[in-house]
Formats: sequence, structure tokens, C-alpha cells
Amino acid sequence: MGGEPLITIENAGKRFVTGVEALGPASLTVPRGAFLSLVGPSGCGKSTLLRLIAGLDTPTSGHLHWHGQRPRLGFVFQEPTLMPWATVEKNARLGLELLGTPEAQIRETVAGTLDLVGLSQFAKAYPRELSGGMRMRVSIARALAVDPQVLLMDEPFAALDEFTRERLNDELLMLWARRGLTVIFVTHSVYESVYLSTAIAVFTARPGRVSEVVAVDAPQPRGKAFRQSARYHTLCEEVSQALRSASGLEELGE
Amino acid sequence: MIRERVLNWLLPPAFGVLLLVFWEWAVAFYQIEPFRLPAPSAIGQAFLSDGPSLLGAALSTLQTTLLAFASAFVLGVGLAILFVQSRTLERALFPYAVILQVTPIVSIAPLISIWVGLDHADRAVLILATIVAFFPILSNTVLGLKSADRNLIALFHLYGASRWQVLTRLLLPSALPYLMAGVKIAGGLALIGAVVAEFAAGSGTATGLAFRIAEAGNRLQIAKMFVGLAMLSALGILIFAFFSALEARLLRRWHDSALG
Repeated sequence: MGGEPLITIENAGKRFVTGVEALGPASLTVPRGAFLSLVGPSGCGKSTLLRLIAGLDTPTSGHLHWHGQRPRLGFVFQEPTLMPWATVEKNARLGLELLGTPEAQIRETVAGTLDLVGLSQFAKAYPRELSGGMRMRVSIARALAVDPQVLLMDEPFAALDEFTRERLNDELLMLWARRGLTVIFVTHSVYESVYLSTAIAVFTARPGRVSEVVAVDAPQPRGKAFRQSARYHTLCEEVSQALRSASGLEELGE
Repeated sequence: MIRERVLNWLLPPAFGVLLLVFWEWAVAFYQIEPFRLPAPSAIGQAFLSDGPSLLGAALSTLQTTLLAFASAFVLGVGLAILFVQSRTLERALFPYAVILQVTPIVSIAPLISIWVGLDHADRAVLILATIVAFFPILSNTVLGLKSADRNLIALFHLYGASRWQVLTRLLLPSALPYLMAGVKIAGGLALIGAVVAEFAAGSGTATGLAFRIAEAGNRLQIAKMFVGLAMLSALGILIFAFFSALEARLLRRWHDSALG
């Protein structure tokens, strides 16, 4: 995994007050500019790790260390998590308003961001008037509006249909390349992770540890051709294999 | 479609008219004494003669009801916000709110009357009606404030929101549908509270409709009682319609409950 390190996670573990070991000790280094996917069996603590990185939770053991100043973060949840009483525009403004950005700048940035995700005509619409894919775009626009250096995404496309998911995958890759973001992306889908990532961290079953980091060295930009290439299928098989051995399913003859 | 809708609209009043006709006929046919059940026409006459004076009393009751509702609203929402800010406070105080709710209001009426002074029946009535109305606002608002999306709260924290910003921009809007449900119940309860409290505490200096109904009953002016009752019903309908319209207006664009 090339590139200078952005954040180092050292033996980070999380035990909930209920006594459940949610995570690790997990260790991982995320390089600046990476598109890193976290894959692993359900309940392995991928989402918990994402919350730790966001600073929404603190680890009960080990620690996380940002190299340099803590960057500005954007967070996208599995659900669109919009305020139903606010229009698309007001939802997209949220981060900037809370950060105390001047009004003129908010207006300009939000207009640009909505344009970027193709929702300019829907600025005055309410979330319930939109389709699932459009709501997710609003959620992404809200995260991008604060101009984050790091985008944290927790299974953002899991609830969408295949077609919408593939389209948003391509849009996300474009944004990542254009804005020089670092993306940390939790997903259940091996195929999605291979298509998107520069590297994939494979987690063991609960409490999750990082068992392997698979580098995905296919060139950008990726598209339909990559999805149909032999390289893509080899990588998917490799990650699936890593996932099976990490989950301890190998001996089941799977 | 349109015919069906018109029919739906016409059905309740048509049934009412039918009932009145039957009532008029039955009173005449069975020769029921007017001090047991007056005919609708007699009630109509009573409305013409006693209506204006009763209307004054109705306005007084309405005023008490609105004042009680307003205090219940401030008290209920205020306490709910405090409870959500501090679990300790909630644990300490919530049981007492429940006790206040489950104790029959009629039983504490004499006590409140003595505390505020027997010649200040209006104050006693206001306090009692407030006690009756405030609980649904409190419990619904607490529920609503706690129902805010966990992930949205996390997002607010991620962007460094203050407690005040979380409260005003996230918790209160999330609570609005719950709050409005409580408000609709409380509006009706404030009226019921005002009437019951006046029956219980209002001897002497009371000016509301309840006292006038009781008075008419004592004098066997049954037709006048019916006029008073009809006015109370009208007040109740008015209050409910107002809050329903307000709810529909506030939630129309975003909440599923406001869908037709």
C-alpha cells in the first residue's frame, strides 16, 4: 500500500458496556488518497471501526493516530439519514451551517455540490418526494459540501437496486479521483469492493481483526470493461478466498 | 367519486336532522314532561332567550381552557426538554408527573380551592385544568425528543454542533409529530379539565359554562342545560378542528401521518 500514511490504527479494540467485544484489536494503516474498502462477515466491527475513525466513539483499547492534523471528515451512513422536515438544499447545508460557514459561501458550495450529484432541480424537494437513489445522492452531497479530505462510508449503497448501485459506484469513483479524496468504505459486497478500491482490508469474524490487506492494482478510471475483465474476476476470487479463510469457513468445503 | 364524497359529507348532518325530527315527534307523542326531556323546538327557544348570557359564560370557559392549555404546553414542553437533557432529573421527577396525572382531579379540587382562596375559583379552575392537560404534552414530547435519528445525532456531533443546535435543529423538529399528537389530546383535556374543575371548585364566584349548566339543572331548566351542553360540544369541536388543521399545516410536506 503505497502513499504516505494518513491514519494508523494500532490494536484498536471496542468493547461495549454490555460486555460485547465489537472490534478487534485491529491494526491498519490508511494511505493518503487511498480508496480503502473494509469487508468482513456481519458483526465483525467494520462499522464500529468507521465510527472510531470518525471520532464518534472512542476505542476501549489501543489507539488511532492521524499523521498531521485531523482532516475534515464526511460521513455517509447506510440509510440516507436525512432530516425529513428539511428540503434537499437545507439537508445539504447542514454540515456547513454547523461549522459556522458564512452564508454566501454556503449558498455557492451547496449549489455546486447539488449540481455535482445531479440534484439541482430538486433543491426545494423534500426527502420523501425522492427515490432511494436520489436520497442517497443528497446524503453524499451533504458529506461532500463540507469539502472533506476523508470520506467515511458505511455500506452506503447496500439498500439500493443493482442498477442504481453501479451508477453511484461510478459517480463515487469520479468524485474520489477529481477531488483527491481518501475514502474508507464499508461494504458486504466483494464485487463492489474490488470494483472501487485501491486496497481491501479483510476482517475476521467478531471480534474483528484485520486478517489481510489485498491490493487492487487495476488502473483508473475503471468502467464496464474492468467489470468484465479476467483481472476483475481473479481479484474477486482472491478477496472471496481471503474472506472465507478469515471467517473460518474453509474447512466447511465452501 | 365526487358523488360519494358529497354523500359522505351529507351523511352525518342528515342523520342529525332525522334524529331531531324523531325526538320532536317522540316528545309530543309520549307526552314527555319538559323537565325530563324538552323537545328540540323548546331547546331552540331556550337558545334564543338564554343564548346571549350563556355565550358569555362559554367565552369565559374558552378563555380558561386556552390559558390552561398554554400553561400546560409551556410546562409540558419545558419539562420534556429538561428531562432529555438530564436523565437524573427525569428519573427524579417523572414519577411525580405520573402521580399528578393518575390522581383524580376532582379529589384535589377542594385542596387547590383552599390554597388559592375560596373567592378565587377561577384560579383554582385554571390550575386544575392545567394539571389535567399537561401530561399528554409532557409524555409525548419526551417520546418525540428521544426518537431523533441516532445517526443524525452522530452527524451533528461530527460537525461540532452545540447542545442548543442539537435541540433546536434536530430534537425539536423530530419531536414535532409526537408533540402535535399530544397537543390534540391536551386541547380536549384542557376543556374537560376546565369544566370538571368548575363543577368541583367553582361554587360562588365561577363564571364559566359548567357552573351555569349546574345552576340550570338545580332550577330544572332542562332546555337551558341542553343549550349549555351544545355550546360545550361546539367548543370541543372547535378546539379539535383548530389543532388538527394546525397539525396538517405543520407536517404536510414531510410526515407520513399528514398524507391524505
